[in-house]
Amino acid sequence: MDLKNQTFMGYRRENGRVGVRNHVIILPVDDISNAAAEAVANNVKGTLALPHPYGRLQFGEDLELHFRTLIGTGCNPNVAAVIVIGIEPGWTQRVVSGIEATGKPVEGFWIEQNGDHNTIANASRRAKEFVHHATELQREPCALSELWVSTKCGESDTTSGCGANPTVGNAFDKLYANGNTLLFGETSELTGGEHLVAERCRTPEIRKEFQAMFDRYTEMINRWKTNDLSESQPTKGNIEGGLTTIEEKALGNIQKIGKECLVDGVLDKAEQPTGSGLWFMDSSSAAAEMVTLCGAAGFAVHYFPTGQGNVIGNPIVPVIKITANSRTVRTMGEHIDTDVTGLLRREINPDQAGDSLLEMTVRTANGRHTAAEVLGHREFVLTRLFESA
Amino acid sequence: MSETPHFVVHDEGDSVGVVVVEGVKAGQDLVGWIMDQDRTIHFTVKDDIPIGHKLAIRDIEADSTVIKYSVDIGRTIAPIAQGEHLHVHNTKTKRW
Repeated sequence: MDLKNQTFMGYRRENGRVGVRNHVIILPVDDISNAAAEAVANNVKGTLALPHPYGRLQFGEDLELHFRTLIGTGCNPNVAAVIVIGIEPGWTQRVVSGIEATGKPVEGFWIEQNGDHNTIANASRRAKEFVHHATELQREPCALSELWVSTKCGESDTTSGCGANPTVGNAFDKLYANGNTLLFGETSELTGGEHLVAERCRTPEIRKEFQAMFDRYTEMINRWKTNDLSESQPTKGNIEGGLTTIEEKALGNIQKIGKECLVDGVLDKAEQPTGSGLWFMDSSSAAAEMVTLCGAAGFAVHYFPTGQGNVIGNPIVPVIKITANSRTVRTMGEHIDTDVTGLLRREINPDQAGDSLLEMTVRTANGRHTAAEVLGHREFVLTRLFESA
Repeated sequence: MSETPHFVVHDEGDSVGVVVVEGVKAGQDLVGWIMDQDRTIHFTVKDDIPIGHKLAIRDIEADSTVIKYSVDIGRTIAPIAQGEHLHVHNTKTKRW
């Protein structure tokens, strides 16, 4: 594929970022505002509520991550406009202000002194205006290099490491050379291959930051573990699929960053990159948590290679599923967007597999709904760092 | 036309291959593809092995290192003969 001249039809937002979807979201600040948010989404067709279980009595770094994730989700270029609903005005306004910085339409509503009924009525009126606004926005040609692409694998097995993940790696190498902004993470899932990632860091400073993030995560696991983590990392599904140890899983995992990309920087959870290149995000390896963090960091399309068949999606980010496992294609093919089983039959080579994923990327960016979108997978899962007060 | 492999090996120095087709049965003659060297090998498998699971491509002693992707992926807790199933019953992590 000639990536330099490749374009897609995207939505250019007020801040210049390019999105591939045009969602009007109803974003609760906290668990007790979910009911109102879902009622607004039910009243106003073309909106999408993002219910979640948190947002009360959090504090410190855990609270900062909560705000960063909600604000980042609202700022994502796949989102055209945002209604924010919280129990009280203070934290609601904090989320509104964070999203306002993008210049996109956003308004906050709170339930105390209003009740659910008035809140739902007022927010529904505004949401209706936002949908009229969003549905008049037009897609326009955008350079492929403007597309931010993240990756995380799930329900991996050994076919992930020799088929689906190298396919992502091949596409990442090509996108990296094209000047795209790329992201990977899954800190604990680098265990056994962390030295290989460290070698790929562009500078000694970045290597040191990466190593500190990796060591902190390992220390956290060692503090809380009660066994060798077998069935947790690797998961029971991984083991069923033939992966034996975390080291083996990690070496398969890091095939996703290709052979040529260098790590240009590291990010905290839900933190946005400040330039193009490949970024590492210190993050959970649980699928829905990680993809939610990718969306909050501003990524517009996600590559999700799978072996045994993870069904995850995200409310605002199209998740492209790739597999090289022929049994998964046979038994749950409705979840797969890009089938690269031909790699393991020697019918196609990694270069062709990477190109087939890039072709699916452009089609997805142009508007093709992914399997996860069509099947209604909208997992929005916030990462927590510790207990609420 | 290359032979369609029953299992693949990342590198010829590895201890293991990965079965990539369904229905592999003990005693079957298998075709293996060593990807990095693009070389084909033939093999008799000693156990039934599900798709995605590994077989040892050489004899491995107990308490020794298993190599895949040319890297250490764990240690054996029992001897494993060439062609046998290698998984959590005979191999463990060296981490955590």
